[in-house]
Amino acid sequence: MNTLVRENRSSGANGERAAEQFITPPATVLENADGYTLEVEMPGVNKETLEMWVENNELTIVGRRSMPAIDGTLLHRESRLENFRRTFELDPTIDAEKISAKIEHGVVSLTLPKAEQVKPRKITVA
Amino acid sequence: MSLIRYKTPSPVMWPSLNRWASLRDDLDTLLELPFLTGDARQAQLFTGWTPALDLYQNNDNVVAVLELPGMRKEDIEISLHDGMLTIGGERKSQTEGNGESATRTERFTGKFRRSITLPTRVDANKVNATYKDGILTITLPKAEEAKPKQIQVNVS
Repeated sequence: MNTLVRENRSSGANGERAAEQFITPPATVLENADGYTLEVEMPGVNKETLEMWVENNELTIVGRRSMPAIDGTLLHRESRLENFRRTFELDPTIDAEKISAKIEHGVVSLTLPKAEQVKPRKITVA
Repeated sequence: MSLIRYKTPSPVMWPSLNRWASLRDDLDTLLELPFLTGDARQAQLFTGWTPALDLYQNNDNVVAVLELPGMRKEDIEISLHDGMLTIGGERKSQTEGNGESATRTERFTGKFRRSITLPTRVDANKVNATYKDGILTITLPKAEEAKPKQIQVNVS
């Protein structure tokens, strides 16, 4: 079975990670015949503060939070201040040129279509 | 009537299950162990969904900030009763039944409920809530009698 999207946590360990601490956002991967849908939770991130790129067949998503500025004393905190980052290794069947993304209510949704030649094709008997 | 008297938790002592997930992140960064890198938020899957909640206070308001990514506005319920603020709701899976199969599920779908005891009395009629980028901000104006007052000392 194909996993889109094998998570790659080791990348970025070469010095890059030491520079800034990130937290790993929860993600859901769905697969159908046409491709994959990847949903990543990034509360406090919007279109302007979201960055994504594909390099060496690896998809990296970085979301920087812009939290509402609240004037007052903090009584209780559970949220974390760090930004989000997650890297996925792309399945070779994915057409990286056709990846599209949107962000809505703090959830990034990516559509990763499979390349035409790997889609199941029905062969009609003549 | 319940047998055990319900004790309202104090806001500062509230246990957050999300802390486990944070702890995992911290451990991961420290150790980079492969066996910790499997299914990330497994703890959350077993314990349900505990959205992170922050609470602030200033002279005029008490402000609660919750991380609720991917909700619909109409699926969020906010109620105020006896000085206890309750936020509940349900996150519905948007991509279900399209011949899709999940290869990884870390996002929680389903019901959640969080309650927090407010530090002061608030004016329930003037509560205001906004939802932006998956962050719910609830502003609760303090009741007049709870606001700090300057008392002028008259020298006769």
